[in-house]
Amino acid sequence: MQNYKKIEMIVGVFVLVGIISISWLAIELGGVGGVGTKGYKLIAVFDDAGGVRVGSDVLLAGVTIGKVVSVTLKDNEEALMVLNINDDVQITTDSSLSVRTKGLIGEKFVRVNQGAEEEYLADGDEFDDTESPINLEDMIGKYIFSGDAK
Amino acid sequence: MITAIGQLGRTVISGVEKLGDATLFALDTLRLLFAPPWQGKHFIMQIYAVGVGSLIIIIITGAFTGMVLSLQGYHMLVKVGTEALLGPAVALSLIRELGPVLAALMFVGRAGSSITAEIGIMRVTEQMDALEMMAVNSQARVMLTRVIACAVSLPLLVAIFDVVGLFAGYVIGVDMLGVNSGVYIGETVDKITLSDIEAGLVKSLYFGLLVGVITTYMGQRATATTEGVAKATTQAVMLCSVMVLILDYIITSFYL
Repeated sequence: MQNYKKIEMIVGVFVLVGIISISWLAIELGGVGGVGTKGYKLIAVFDDAGGVRVGSDVLLAGVTIGKVVSVTLKDNEEALMVLNINDDVQITTDSSLSVRTKGLIGEKFVRVNQGAEEEYLADGDEFDDTESPINLEDMIGKYIFSGDAK
Repeated sequence: MITAIGQLGRTVISGVEKLGDATLFALDTLRLLFAPPWQGKHFIMQIYAVGVGSLIIIIITGAFTGMVLSLQGYHMLVKVGTEALLGPAVALSLIRELGPVLAALMFVGRAGSSITAEIGIMRVTEQMDALEMMAVNSQARVMLTRVIACAVSLPLLVAIFDVVGLFAGYVIGVDMLGVNSGVYIGETVDKITLSDIEAGLVKSLYFGLLVGVITTYMGQRATATTEGVAKATTQAVMLCSVMVLILDYIITSFYL
């Protein structure tokens, strides 16, 4: 019976190590812990969402300050984005938004450029100034077109 | 010509019969999970034999898999200047594919073979009959405990395999090959999602059940002779390994 107690102990340790491994994977890599993060919501309307998806990062001065919560179509014309911004970050009312790419072919993110105003956006406010992403294909198209015109 | 066609027909029919027999056996065994008496102590003993016994081989395999992925991946990625993606490349291949599959294959070799051999020999030496004589349901005591032990142990072993492999890959990538540690971890955390981890663990659960059912079935249906047990063990290991790879493809195609 003493032997069985020992086996029970070892099996307990084994199961514990396994469960810790699963939790470590889920929390560290799967981001389970980040589900309940608080923050406030801001709205932005873009002419072109340019490939930003739900879960894309929102960066201010290169630091991640929030995530894109939803991307939907507004009036069958424009892209309506809801951004979740961390509580401790304040964004001025005259700040501007732009869609950028990490590296040349990396993933898309939303960049916030702070303005000079003393007032800050609150939950549910909308950005006034949004800049659509630079479309590489359009630029190349324009370049070729202007080359022909000469 | 006629006999050849007849032979083919006989082979197909016996194959289908075996598949049906194995399925009924599996369902019949799993049904006992809901029927007392509970096999708590024997279940713990089986997890010890099947899970803890495979731990060392799983850790060694995991460590070297992570290391070689990192080494090989680095030399491929550095050619196109994207060694920043080494972390996610190692982590994704480990968590989604290599972890569950390699761990399952090692598990088949370490634990699966011993299950078939053990049950086969129990039948040769008439221990099953002895259990029945003592009014012990041998199917619950011997089969069910092993099937469940496999299904519980393998996901845990795969998680340990993943974690060991990730650390080993990190050591090779960052300390030996000089990839920036912040980039390595940051990109990995960025690219791996919960669904990747879920896919890996769901796979390992199915693999565990599959290995448990096949090995106990082959042991139970082995011819009760020395050669019969030897043959059944070989067949069980072969069948499990092939089925793990086939099932892996099927599950992956559903989870992508």
